[in-house]
Amino acid sequence: MSNVLILAEHDGQQLNQSTAKAVTAAQALNPETINIVLFADEPESLATQAASLPGVKTVYAVKTDDNQWRLAAAIAPAIATLGQNHSHIFGPSTTFGKDVMPRVAALLGVNQVSDIMEVLDSHTFKRPIYAGNVIVTVKTPDNKPVVGTVRTASFKPADYTNEAASIEHQELKNAPTHSRFITLESGDSERPDLQTASTVVSGGRGVGSAENFQMIYDLADKLGAATGASRAAVDAGFVPNDMQVGQTGKIIAPDLYVAIGISGAIQHLTGIKDAGTIVAINKDPEAPIFEVADIGLVGDLFKIVPELTEKL
Amino acid sequence: MKILVPIKRVVDYNVRVQVKPDGSGVATDGVKMSINPFDEIAIEEALRLKEQGKADEVVVVSIGPDEAQQQLRTALAMGADRAILLQSGEAVQPLQAANALLKIVQEEQPELVIMGKQAIDDDNNQTPQMLATLWDRPQATFVSKLSLENNKATATREVDAGLETIEVELPAVISTDLRLNEPRFVKLPDIMKAKRKPLETRPLSDVTGDFSEQELTITQYEAPQPRQKGVMVESVDELITLLKEKGLVA
Repeated sequence: MSNVLILAEHDGQQLNQSTAKAVTAAQALNPETINIVLFADEPESLATQAASLPGVKTVYAVKTDDNQWRLAAAIAPAIATLGQNHSHIFGPSTTFGKDVMPRVAALLGVNQVSDIMEVLDSHTFKRPIYAGNVIVTVKTPDNKPVVGTVRTASFKPADYTNEAASIEHQELKNAPTHSRFITLESGDSERPDLQTASTVVSGGRGVGSAENFQMIYDLADKLGAATGASRAAVDAGFVPNDMQVGQTGKIIAPDLYVAIGISGAIQHLTGIKDAGTIVAINKDPEAPIFEVADIGLVGDLFKIVPELTEKL
Repeated sequence: MKILVPIKRVVDYNVRVQVKPDGSGVATDGVKMSINPFDEIAIEEALRLKEQGKADEVVVVSIGPDEAQQQLRTALAMGADRAILLQSGEAVQPLQAANALLKIVQEEQPELVIMGKQAIDDDNNQTPQMLATLWDRPQATFVSKLSLENNKATATREVDAGLETIEVELPAVISTDLRLNEPRFVKLPDIMKAKRKPLETRPLSDVTGDFSEQELTITQYEAPQPRQKGVMVESVDELITLLKEKGLVA
């Protein structure tokens, strides 16, 4: 039987939805137990949140100094130590999970299963390679722990319950001092979170400038949507990096994705292929985005987008 | 100070790979091969540090078939000083790669290892973090800005929440993200010069043991499920009507 340890992700106040998605992936193993480990300088309320995720037995709430919980090298040894009593150790396939989980795998002497998109059985998983152009089925060695990151767009978040798992408080000891957190600069957060929003409006190179992106924001506000961007728009300096959608940005699965002035490079498409409905607005009828779009509209985005915002 | 840059030979990022009809693998015969783009950024960053006088030697290392010498020669033409190829006819998984690189790190004693955050073939995103762990040194992953001062690296990392800046003591492992720099183009005279630069080859088995018990086995390759063909609309009104029918807008 499987005993799963899940690494929780949070921003200091709230658990990230990736944690509830990792719980869903863990449930697909029909495990005997699911435990959660979380690291924070003030873990109390986060631990309470984690304890109400379904089927969780124990939450290990590990108190750290200040920002140590953000540093992979600081927390990986404690995860690996707890992990020794588990058959599976899952983390989210977010920048946080991608940073720390391979360290856990190395400490346990295994290769990691990156970006799990489907659980077939306790040791068999599907994952994407070549930017999602190929899906492989991988089998992990029978007698070793499975360390994996869960591709968040592939799993629905587990619903929080009224039940409460037991919480075990610990303190992080002997963390290395060779790494130090300095700052985190985030874009404005007035709009819904890009990774969890049900509607996302994204702009690409075709939007033309940072000023023109106002058009994207206006449409997003009308739809109550999060805003995203292609790599080209980020590289051009129109918008900050945290808006990037795609292979090296965020992999998302909103119900509605509106791609404006985005040609649709394969690296971008891999970030949206789990979206419910994709709408593409582009002046080039040959743009690859139309190959994946459910609804396409060819034309001048500078006319179409204001009209759409007006009429919605 | 010495910088070690591990690089990987991969299918060029412009090639759209196809699964073999029998699902046994990916068709790579005759396709263009290149340096993994993230690794090319790593080479460029190391060269810039050398040009700023912050490093005095850039060593590139690869694990792969004999043909990976081409990618090492390209790195030498970009400006790296010497190259090491650990020959392996078979694909190497991250844990073994990290163990092999650790051996090279122990031999070469670099103060900085800069490498791509992931290879664009298997998209694992593991080897830099594993190398840092086995080496018992800090890491800064997904880096878009890097500066060195007083035996420390200050690195800005591209994270989901924005840009995170951390400071790590050297030696350390840095993994590169796309916006760290734009790699230089190689000029013809540099290609000629690179032919005279040292390139050492040795079997991978010289530096690592057997990792077959740790390997993940790929049992099937398949193409992703294609999305259903969509419809084209002619006007904003038509678009809004369709979105309303699907219940996606009020």
